[in-house]
Amino acid sequence: MGKKLLLANDHVPGIQSLDVYSKHGGYAAVEKALKTMTPDALVEEVKTSGLRGRGGAGFPTGMKWSFLAKPEGVPRYLVCNADESEPGTFKDRYLMERIPHLLIEGMIVSSFALGANTSYIYIRGEYFYIVRILEKAIEEAYAAGYLGKNILGTGYDLDLYVHPGAGAYICGEETALIESLEGKRGNPRIKPPFPAVKGLYQCPTVVNNVETIAAVVPIVNMGGAEYAKIGIGRSTGTKLISASGHINKPGVYEIELGVPVEEFIYSEEYCGGIKNGKKLKAVVAGGSSVPILPGELILKTAQGEPRLMSYESLADGGFATGTMLGSGGFIVMDETSSIVKNLWNFTRFYHHESCGQCSPCREGTGWMEKILHRIMDGHGKQSDIDLLWDLQKNIEGKTICPLGDAAAWPVASAIRHFRAEFEAYVNNPGSIKEVRHYYSVNNLQPA
Amino acid sequence: MNNSSTNIENPVFSTESLALVHKIMKRYPEGKQKSALIPVLHLAQAEFGGWLSPKVMDYVASLLSIQPIEVYEVASFYTMFNLKPVGKCLIEVCRTSSCWLLGAEDIVHHIERKLNIKEGETTTDGMFTLKTVECLGSCGTAPMMMVGADFHENLTLEKVDDLLEKFRVENKQSRYC
Ligand SMILES: Cc1cc2nc3c(=O)[nH]c(=O)nc-3n(C[C@H](O)[C@H](O)[C@H](O)COP(=O)(O)O)c2cc1C
Ligand code: SF4
Ligand code: FES
Repeated sequence: MGKKLLLANDHVPGIQSLDVYSKHGGYAAVEKALKTMTPDALVEEVKTSGLRGRGGAGFPTGMKWSFLAKPEGVPRYLVCNADESEPGTFKDRYLMERIPHLLIEGMIVSSFALGANTSYIYIRGEYFYIVRILEKAIEEAYAAGYLGKNILGTGYDLDLYVHPGAGAYICGEETALIESLEGKRGNPRIKPPFPAVKGLYQCPTVVNNVETIAAVVPIVNMGGAEYAKIGIGRSTGTKLISASGHINKPGVYEIELGVPVEEFIYSEEYCGGIKNGKKLKAVVAGGSSVPILPGELILKTAQGEPRLMSYESLADGGFATGTMLGSGGFIVMDETSSIVKNLWNFTRFYHHESCGQCSPCREGTGWMEKILHRIMDGHGKQSDIDLLWDLQKNIEGKTICPLGDAAAWPVASAIRHFRAEFEAYVNNPGSIKEVRHYYSVNNLQPA
Repeated sequence: MNNSSTNIENPVFSTESLALVHKIMKRYPEGKQKSALIPVLHLAQAEFGGWLSPKVMDYVASLLSIQPIEVYEVASFYTMFNLKPVGKCLIEVCRTSSCWLLGAEDIVHHIERKLNIKEGETTTDGMFTLKTVECLGSCGTAPMMMVGADFHENLTLEKVDDLLEKFRVENKQSRYC
């Protein structure tokens, strides 16, 4: 069994209650941090831990915290990003549902480190039943004196609130999230200024993912140096992976960073291999936005080294032969899958979710969806493949927020690695009609 | 919510909901009550028939002391807000990748046939509306659909049949808040 820091107790009966959570060592980090450490020492500890943001970009958390501006007399905010809408990602839901106090405890310690006296958990509106779970946990934490005025007699005050969104993927982007929290449309802001300087209500703000904030708890408990020993290289600690698609055991797995991808897919401890004994065709390793890799390249790097579940190893080879760890949304496709059809599904998603502020993203995602649809319908032309390539190139890097890149990368990587499949479809339009692509829901067999 | 006398022509929250609106507004700093907009719109949608009519939006604007246009802008941006009436029981099936790989399309077609409507439509008796939505974070238990606040996962056609039957018998209202 791998090392578990976040989900060690997720199956303990009643762990959702403060009582049981405390009996299993819960709130020790709040006691330690607030009573024995200074905010600056906490930031240092997180820096030492090497923790990197678990929301997708992997930016070092301690460094992000140290950028927070601290003008006199201006409030600072910590906002937890629980918008979780990246297709293939469901780990934050699992964590909040199973062990809500871990997030609450992380929010208290992190807010203290940043000098925030009001903090928000921005959660996607569809996770409504989790809002209830979190609100109950927060109520318990107030009653136990971990929230509110003068926490544990230390003089530190903190109020924590849950704020629901209402269905918009773009609100996971941190500046769109802030706009949404201010009661507006979720249009990303032009940066700079960065949220660390002007965020929520134009005040210095840190936005961190649920899992990032939860990881601060074990870091405080064990110390940053001990945490940094877990994992591999600059990929320290553990990571929650949401595994789905054509595997025998879909679910959320906490892995020590550095586990070989092959072990993750095939061992009984994790995904348990491909459904129905089929062959692996491709993997989207970090949520829909990261480049798709064919089976050979996800198991081994271009140099033939085993590929590991770490930020560096998954990125090895750049976009030519590598991908990204992203949010850890690990979608597995077997040999019956159609890359082109799946790509259309992703592209439709980005087109639907584009906020419409930048024309390359708004128009480009629409065109890409249309062209892919045409190919799927058996009306594709050879020139469509080149057109798709040009379109994605004209989106990438030319937009206000990274949703544009997120829409471009799946297209670029699908063409890069599976061009032959596109060509087969345009050369023999009848062939795509026969590809049913998805499993029949009743027997979970390829139809 | 549970107030049968709610009138969407002249919307007024129940005392209970109004207290909740004021509690929600206090979560945000002085003068930033606009932040309460999304939570209050959820409440309004639940209480006033499952959708946001212009009158309901105007009412929310007056409660938060903001301009009606500020409410329309937001209500039209977010997919969870219905700007047209929907059936009593709103069924939302995930159509994104992992669900799609595991048969979401079968689920949608099956419900379409069973209810004799197309995706996006409402049954003539006003009971059901069928919508497809993007990934709801149930990819590991795909395929899935959401009805009200409930996630129904690892769907099969049989499970869907049982659920539809149950909703009909219970006269299920999908609203929540
Ligand atoms: C289109 C888009 C969607 C995003 N969605 C999420 C999300 O659902 N959850 C999340 O934590 N980060 C999301 N992010 C990343 C956030 O912008 C931000 O980097 C992150 O919340 C920072 O937290 P971290 O440093 O703890 O990872 C998204 C980014 C983009 C561009
Ligand atoms: S890249 Fe797309 S989602 Fe991002 S700001 Fe521009 S239009 Fe909006
Ligand atoms: S793809 Fe359907 S819930 Fe994620």
